[in-house]
Amino acid sequence: MSKSLHQNSNSDQLANSAQATSEGRTTGMQVLRQLQEEHRQSESGLGKAHFYNRVALGVLWGATGITIGLLAIILIYVIVNGIGVITPEFIFTWPRGVNAEGGIWPTIIATLYSTGLAMAIATPIAVLAAVYLAEYAKQGKIVKTIRFAADSLASVPSIVMGLFALAFFVETLHIPLSMLAAALGLSLLMLPIIMRATEEAIRAVPRYIRWGSYGMGATKWQTVSRVVIPTATPRIITGLILALARAIGETAVVFYTMGIAINMPIVPIDSGRSMSVHLYLMAVEGINLPAAYGTAFLLLVIILVLNLSARWISKRYSRIDGA
Amino acid sequence: MSERQTNTLDTPDNSDTSDQRSTHKADAAATADSLRTDANPDKTSLTRTPTVELKDFADTARAGQAPPPPRPATKLQLVSRSTQIKEASLASLFFLCAFFAVLGVMLIFAFVAWRAFPITHEIGLWNFLTGTKWSVAEGTFGAVPFIVGSLVMTGGSLVFGVPLAVLTAVFMSEVASPRANKIIRPAVELLAGIPSVVVGFFGVVVIVPIVANLVGGAGFGPLTGWIVLSIMIMPTITTLSEDALNSIPMGIREASYAMGATKWQTIWKVVIPAAKLGIIDASILGMGRAIGETMAVLMVVGNAPQIFAGISAPISTMTSQIVLEMGYSSGVHRTALFGLGAILFLISMSLVLTVRLLSREHRKKTRKVKKGNTA
Repeated sequence: MSKSLHQNSNSDQLANSAQATSEGRTTGMQVLRQLQEEHRQSESGLGKAHFYNRVALGVLWGATGITIGLLAIILIYVIVNGIGVITPEFIFTWPRGVNAEGGIWPTIIATLYSTGLAMAIATPIAVLAAVYLAEYAKQGKIVKTIRFAADSLASVPSIVMGLFALAFFVETLHIPLSMLAAALGLSLLMLPIIMRATEEAIRAVPRYIRWGSYGMGATKWQTVSRVVIPTATPRIITGLILALARAIGETAVVFYTMGIAINMPIVPIDSGRSMSVHLYLMAVEGINLPAAYGTAFLLLVIILVLNLSARWISKRYSRIDGA
Repeated sequence: MSERQTNTLDTPDNSDTSDQRSTHKADAAATADSLRTDANPDKTSLTRTPTVELKDFADTARAGQAPPPPRPATKLQLVSRSTQIKEASLASLFFLCAFFAVLGVMLIFAFVAWRAFPITHEIGLWNFLTGTKWSVAEGTFGAVPFIVGSLVMTGGSLVFGVPLAVLTAVFMSEVASPRANKIIRPAVELLAGIPSVVVGFFGVVVIVPIVANLVGGAGFGPLTGWIVLSIMIMPTITTLSEDALNSIPMGIREASYAMGATKWQTIWKVVIPAAKLGIIDASILGMGRAIGETMAVLMVVGNAPQIFAGISAPISTMTSQIVLEMGYSSGVHRTALFGLGAILFLISMSLVLTVRLLSREHRKKTRKVKKGNTA
């Protein structure tokens, strides 16, 4: 792999070095610079800097090419191998036998159920917390502590989150291995993401809108609830969608909180197996690789759709904002 | 919108209206100047500030007019006691929600630590931290293989991932046209969004066979893990580094070009040093992701509880060991797994703390520089 990566970067360098320089010119990197370059080339010895420049820019092109290439390879590989598996039967039926045949319907429901529940738990808390940080809090020690806590929460390894959910929700609060326990764990994961997005969204609301509201005699809460939050809503929704995408792909948190037996969840205390756990088990057991490809494909499609819709919303919003 | 607002603002009863109005008037007279020059930073008065100013304004306006219209006076009766209580209780509700994050982190630490605590008498903290043997059958639990495993995986993935990520970030911020960035940026974000279990699956079916061909063995081991892990951490580092690079003012680049530097000289000698701290921050956060990364690593490193013995010998990390054995663990074994969790938690916390201290240091430095410039 590393060998092929190297070859890739070399060929990219060669292919792109020419392009790089032409790019530099067309992007208008100052006529002055071009003159300097010509001047430099005319002098002996200074051509070296120019040579290094070309090589380095080629390396930059190569690195970016590798990055894009990795994404493309993963996407193409999963899509090519997975799309053939996807049939209505695969999506809407139960697995059969030792999961070697049949579909993945219960796992899809379990994934949507738990992440939906997690979102319902995390969203109000996270949004109100962000409102506090952005609108109410005096910038001081408390805010610093809260922000540090949110940062830490965001960086807690997901398996530690899973361990905690197991020890606290399942073993201490005696919630059975279920959608609810998984959702509680996932909501901890989503909390800092939504908080950060909401706080940024609220801070991006221009001040004069607030002043207008205060000027008409509105109280703080009236201003926040009817002026600030509605204005910030598109961005908040973008954050929610990204948090949702993160939670749908999450495996380690739900592994020891949701159960791993395939089951169709009806009430929140039903157990089940999420798509991500299903994919993991299929990949490790190796008895039904097509199902693994299909599950990976569906997971990727869900996450791509969520990411793209988040992008679309924020773009639409920025266009409205600009107009 | 405005109509609805004023309607709800009408609520206060008339009995204490006159009384409050007079106090407000006195208040306004006394503090009008100070309020206008700088708004009182005190929070309770913040909710009142607009009221007082408005009343003051309304009063003077009314004084100018011959017949004083009585309605605005009642309309501007904003902060009745009930409203004030409502506002205050809402504010404390929000504070509670915000405090939830703090509570969450403390609970996580408390519970993991509580479950891990019996280590001190069942295994012995020192034995746990320095033991090199992990055997469930024999009941010996030493964490060294996994600590080393996690460090090896993290270090290797940083060696692969950081240069790639930083170069991509430099390309995005310094070289690429806006049009190219329209493709590259979403691509990087999508790469960040791919679930680790999918990357792990990709690792199993694609990278493992390639590595097996290259270095022999089964293909499960550190080398595969490094590749997979660097795919996982790269988007984080790229995005954060790009932010850091973009925050460097254009002027210093122009100064560099004006002195005849090439693009690369400018990048290497001016832009990267200026954004150094941001890039280090990004790498540390990437490191945090790498240490905490679970599923992708679990699927490709081979999961043998032995100390790193070459790029193709299977190893195990703290995260992967927890997932692998938690299901059937009990007693001391379980305690030891929680111990690994506690170590992970402490490492990730200390990384966040490091970033925080670094940026504070940086802020101090820039403040000094700014002061120096003005002096």
